Amino acid sequence: MTDTPHNVEGDAQAPTIEPPTGSTDGSLDAAGRRRAHDIWVAGTEPRDWIAHATDEGAQEMLPRDIDPALRIQSGIAVDDDYVDEPTIIDDERQILNMGPQHPATHGVLRLHLELDGETILRIKPIIGYLHTGMEKTAETLTYMQGGTNVTRMDYLSPLTNELCYSLAVEQLLGVEIPPRAQAIRILMTELNRIASHLIWVATFGMDIGALSMMIYGFRDREAILAFFEKVTGLRMNHNYIRPGGVAADLPEGWEEDVDGIFDVVGAGLDDYQDLLNGNPIFLDRTRGVGVLTPAEAQAYGVTGPVARASGVNFDLRKAFPYSGIEQYEFDVPLGKHGDTLDRYLVRMEEMRQSIRIVEQVLETMPPGDYRTDDRKVTPPPRKRIDESMEALIHHFKLFTEGFKAPAGEVYQAVESPRGELGMYLVSKGGSKPWRLHVRTPSFATVQALPVMMTDQIVPDVIATLASLDPVLGDVDR
Amino acid sequence: MAEETTPREDPQEMDEIVEETAAGPRPNDPILAGLAEGFPSVVFTSFNPLVGPRQDTATVSRGELISFVGAVKNAGFETFIDVCSVDHLNRDPRYDVVINLLSMKHTQRLIIKVGVPGDDSTVPSISQIYAGANFYEREVWDLMGIAFDGHPDLTRIVLPDEWVGHPLRKDYSVGSVPVQFKGSHKSS
Repeated sequence: MTDTPHNVEGDAQAPTIEPPTGSTDGSLDAAGRRRAHDIWVAGTEPRDWIAHATDEGAQEMLPRDIDPALRIQSGIAVDDDYVDEPTIIDDERQILNMGPQHPATHGVLRLHLELDGETILRIKPIIGYLHTGMEKTAETLTYMQGGTNVTRMDYLSPLTNELCYSLAVEQLLGVEIPPRAQAIRILMTELNRIASHLIWVATFGMDIGALSMMIYGFRDREAILAFFEKVTGLRMNHNYIRPGGVAADLPEGWEEDVDGIFDVVGAGLDDYQDLLNGNPIFLDRTRGVGVLTPAEAQAYGVTGPVARASGVNFDLRKAFPYSGIEQYEFDVPLGKHGDTLDRYLVRMEEMRQSIRIVEQVLETMPPGDYRTDDRKVTPPPRKRIDESMEALIHHFKLFTEGFKAPAGEVYQAVESPRGELGMYLVSKGGSKPWRLHVRTPSFATVQALPVMMTDQIVPDVIATLASLDPVLGDVDR
Repeated sequence: MAEETTPREDPQEMDEIVEETAAGPRPNDPILAGLAEGFPSVVFTSFNPLVGPRQDTATVSRGELISFVGAVKNAGFETFIDVCSVDHLNRDPRYDVVINLLSMKHTQRLIIKVGVPGDDSTVPSISQIYAGANFYEREVWDLMGIAFDGHPDLTRIVLPDEWVGHPLRKDYSVGSVPVQFKGSHKSS
């Protein structure tokens, strides 16, 4: 467009400016305005006529006298049309934007609220602020590496993600998992459910004003995270449950550690129920707020504790049992009213039931191997690599190209702390998935927000949203 | 669950099991048999994995999708679970839209597949039948570029509005980030 490159470093020339023609008070006549338009909008004029030399080359600046804001600031023009009488309508409707940085949205959820006074007429959830393309990433990772990817989706229950992914891959492969590995998986995921629900009750209490609840919830979750750290080496994103079993056996003395968790969490749950259940402010803010009927829950795909609080009697651990969970006794708590209070009560009871499952796992932990002995899936023990050529080859193949899964498609779902977490895995026979789709529970829950919140008032948005326990990493993936 | 099914030695056998049952619905399943009567052109397949429940799949043409999904809902599949899509790239039709439904009453799942050609990638929307399909169809449109006829608000959902392309398509490269410090390090 222009002959003289004006962004050459150290070569910026002092511009020879021929200012636009116009009157001296700064306003432009028609010709000047057209020329300014040509220069700045259409770009048909040599654009270095007002370039300024800087360290990084020539910088363009707007001419002062055509910037309307500057004209108003310098007093040349007066902006007196900020009150436009005919556009003011005589009702109270307004649009309120909430998020994505609002602390009560538990992440980066954004809500558009249309309000009449304080009543919500319409609400629109806007998501995607945490989208990182994990489904696309999964296509570039081998089946062994995939665990590190999926564990980051729902970051409050990473082990549930890993379990679902591992079960899907094992279905494709057709490998059997030893009983001890299955029991360890149940132990870890149920502890993870308690940890996830504890952080939920902490943030839920905080959102509706019970600030001490937040400290208690985080304190008790710490006991579980310390156990996770001892077993897996990490507090989050463990990559502990892998296709073929788990990464390592439980450490020495794990029984005492789990007993210690019971002491902390079991006593804590009684305290929290004393703290909240009789609190009139808590009850006022939760009872009858954000009601979801069973039919709505089913139509919108809402599952897990939120659907069970509405009275939908469905738990994947009972309906489609996985990883040997059918051998443990536990009850599925159900709500009657589908409101925020019922969601709180259901989750509190779920934590007790999870403790019950973990107690049974503790008593009946079978001996044996913690991963399958199929050498095509599991790397050989370190010792064998020095002795056996086959082991060396298997080890090398596993960590370079990974194992291959036969062609096929599976849908595997597990009961995550937030509902049905499903993975649809398509293989074309290679060592990487052709397609991995993750059906996350929070995505469906966020979608059902308008059903629950229409005709409520603004403070109830906070209480309802907190009671749904959405994790935005889970929504956006 | 594992002891109920027959263990398989060779994972390759999985394909054969699918083939064997591809002729029609399993006779011991009354719900699917009833559906097959009303829709003779729908192909039912069934797959028994080593662990976990049986997986039933129905392959439907685009024209029949709405009436079939309506019939499936009336047959007791009241819960919406999922809509997703798969890009098979060199296959004809190129895409599959996969609808996942659940019957809590009968404790049964049904996966409905619709083939979508690459040069005319539209599918009728089921969001009038299952309200929950709304966001999921937007996600498929956003990431795979399959349009849904009759969807109330078919806009991008997880990507910015001005994004160009549909990343989950197989011909969309993951791209790369230029390396910032490429030059050799000055050794002292």
